[in-house]
Amino acid sequence: MSASEDRLRDLLVRGLAGDAPAYHACLKELSAYLRAFLRRRLVRLPDEVEDLVQETLLAIHIQRHTYDAGQPLTAWVHAIARYKLVDMLRRRAVREALHDPLDNESEVFAASDTEATEARRDLAGLLEQLPDRQRLPIVHMKLEGLSVTETARMTGMSESAVKVGVHRGLKALAAMIRRE
Amino acid sequence: MRTDELIAVLARSEEAVMPHASQRRFAIALGWGAFGTTLLMAILLGVRPDLAEAVRLPMFWVKLAFPAALLAAALVAVLRLSCPGVRLGRVPAMVAAPMLAIWLLAAVVLLAAASGERDALILGHSWRSCPFTIALLSVPLFGAALWAMRGLAPTNLALAGAAAGLLAGAGGALIYALHCEEMAAPFIGTWYLLGMLIPAVLGALLGSRLLRW
Repeated sequence: MSASEDRLRDLLVRGLAGDAPAYHACLKELSAYLRAFLRRRLVRLPDEVEDLVQETLLAIHIQRHTYDAGQPLTAWVHAIARYKLVDMLRRRAVREALHDPLDNESEVFAASDTEATEARRDLAGLLEQLPDRQRLPIVHMKLEGLSVTETARMTGMSESAVKVGVHRGLKALAAMIRRE
Repeated sequence: MRTDELIAVLARSEEAVMPHASQRRFAIALGWGAFGTTLLMAILLGVRPDLAEAVRLPMFWVKLAFPAALLAAALVAVLRLSCPGVRLGRVPAMVAAPMLAIWLLAAVVLLAAASGERDALILGHSWRSCPFTIALLSVPLFGAALWAMRGLAPTNLALAGAAAGLLAGAGGALIYALHCEEMAAPFIGTWYLLGMLIPAVLGALLGSRLLRW
């Protein structure tokens, strides 16, 4: 438990400093913990689990600037997962599906589940609905792996507009998920 | 899109995140908010004409210290409430302490006064306008604090909104204290506090709508 806390925190801190492989490994491992954490709490809504894992990962990414390295990662991840879980349940008005108490934050890393089921929500379809100035930077940079400079050249946008487009586009994607 | 693909998309990160993002965001917001509140005060009210004499009175400084202490407590509260998983710790005590202190002082003043003077000590001559003027002055800070929070990740939205409102109210009261000529602790402990609580209650009500992420 505390071993995974230390390792994950180290990966995240390196990731926030710009180490993309460390960030990738951190998100990968977090997704397994989140999946197990959410699956235990959504016993009656198993189809929601993978969508919520994705929504929580997106939130973790968008809000990664709110993580303070001096803070336990467990508490930060738990608070985000819990917020997204309660938000989803409130949206669906199925609070009674809540079996386990949500308050024990140490449980967030208690179990890990790497078996992703198919997400029901079509993120790629939602992406299509974004305006071009947000969609194109995400498609070129994030999906095709081009650099900021290459994306800027391909789209005719400035480099700062590309960066802003990615950031705003991901936030808009999260907002679309919220309104679903 | 499969979760692994999403992770790959998110992790294809091009730049580092700047540390202390929430502190910097609030510094920018409160700078602009304080500027707006000060400007509003300068346009609508101006400082009291006898400011030079008033600064020699201890009560003038008490009147500034009360909202200043609440401002500091609310600042700690908004910073903590804006980041997931950060505990409030001693913040409730920091909010309660200035209120208890001013009420204690007010009680002492009221007990020492003759019974005929007590109404005047509580009501002063501006009790009708004081809370609303403080709330009005807090508007720029209120907007700025909510803007800062909307870029962060509060998980208790009503409490976060209330803290943003208290921050704005305390800032408004601090500026208003330079204009207002009331000097009695019972007045400060009642109407100043009410003025600060108006934006706080408004923030609690608006928080769950405006601060979602």
